[in-house]
Amino acid sequence: MRYDSLLDSLGHTPLVGLPRLSPAADVRLWAKLEDRNPTGSVKDRAAFFMIEQAEKDGLLAPGTTILEPTSGNTGISLAMVAHLRGYTMICVMPENTSAERRQILEMFGARIIFSPAAGGSNEAVRVARQLAEEHPDWVMLYQYGNEANARAHYETTGPEILADLPGITHFVAGLGTTGTLMGTGRFLRERVPDISIVAAEPRYGELVYGLRNIDEGFVPELYDESVLTTRFSVSSKDALRRTRELLDQEGIFAGISAGGALHAALGMAAKAQAAGERADIAFVVADGGWKYLSTGAYSGTLAEAEARLEGQLWA
Amino acid sequence: MAIEVRIPTILRTYTGGAKAVEGSGGTIAELIGDLDTRYGGLRDRLQDESGLRRFVNVYLNDEDVRFLGGLETPVKDGDTVTVLPAVAGGAG
Repeated sequence: MRYDSLLDSLGHTPLVGLPRLSPAADVRLWAKLEDRNPTGSVKDRAAFFMIEQAEKDGLLAPGTTILEPTSGNTGISLAMVAHLRGYTMICVMPENTSAERRQILEMFGARIIFSPAAGGSNEAVRVARQLAEEHPDWVMLYQYGNEANARAHYETTGPEILADLPGITHFVAGLGTTGTLMGTGRFLRERVPDISIVAAEPRYGELVYGLRNIDEGFVPELYDESVLTTRFSVSSKDALRRTRELLDQEGIFAGISAGGALHAALGMAAKAQAAGERADIAFVVADGGWKYLSTGAYSGTLAEAEARLEGQLWA
Repeated sequence: MAIEVRIPTILRTYTGGAKAVEGSGGTIAELIGDLDTRYGGLRDRLQDESGLRRFVNVYLNDEDVRFLGGLETPVKDGDTVTVLPAVAGGAG
């Protein structure tokens, strides 16, 4: 496939079957390999669309500073585009994210401002909002509430999946900004009656839930509960176990959130099989495993990997 | 057997520091009511007049009860209920 530039090659990622992990001939799992995007994650879709929209709206000019709270992938996508277009990129990132993410961000010329580990992404959002107030000339694209994030998936991810899998019965993805699920979910719901839209939410160690009080909680502005059929909380242990199964059984070297999505997908597959129903379940592999090597997720026993991951943001 | 309820750090002041407590009841609402008799004030932190509080998520065996039946979701002995504050996941 030929493209005018790397940015033009966004999307059109492969949807691959999982012959070994699928429980039956008529209950099949399909992985949408989003690591095959320009910077290696599903976040390229949201980032490119958000920047394009901001440019249309006249918010960006060469030299403009873009600010974003991010646990990594969105920051990397934005930093790459910003680098090519002459914008300055500042990422607010929790300090408990993998070393690779920092290195890649710096490689693209982004500046990183670390937010405290306790509180996870909530803290990154809080710090970024404060910085945006202090620097009114900076542009915060704010992925948690930017309609272009969900629209990217409504216009690209959703149509791609439906074209490749017209008989789709379930769509499963990780829940973070909720953009992937909201955009893809809305698109599929409009065209596939009775489709199940399933969220796999990462369940982290206690550190990440270290709020001072419950009213400091956070629900992304993009989130619309009515798009979802159900929502699972996936422990680090289950996500790790499934990430390794994906590698062992199917040869797919994926990031840890893919294991979380696979866990929920297998749960839906088991339900369909028990009910004697056919199922074609597509789930999102948000990124490859490269950025998580330093977390030790792929080496030693599962218990060792789980212990090393405690307190880390893995999605 | 009873129903195990996992309590997040922020609400352990109500459970004497316990990470997990046991309760009984036929629904999530009854279970929370049962816990409140021993851990006074817990119910008010979890629910208000409209149901579960906005920033409180309750999972029955890892599935969000808002998609099952909310406070009226049936529970049984051997189930695990997990309470977590809503946070900005990691993704992003």
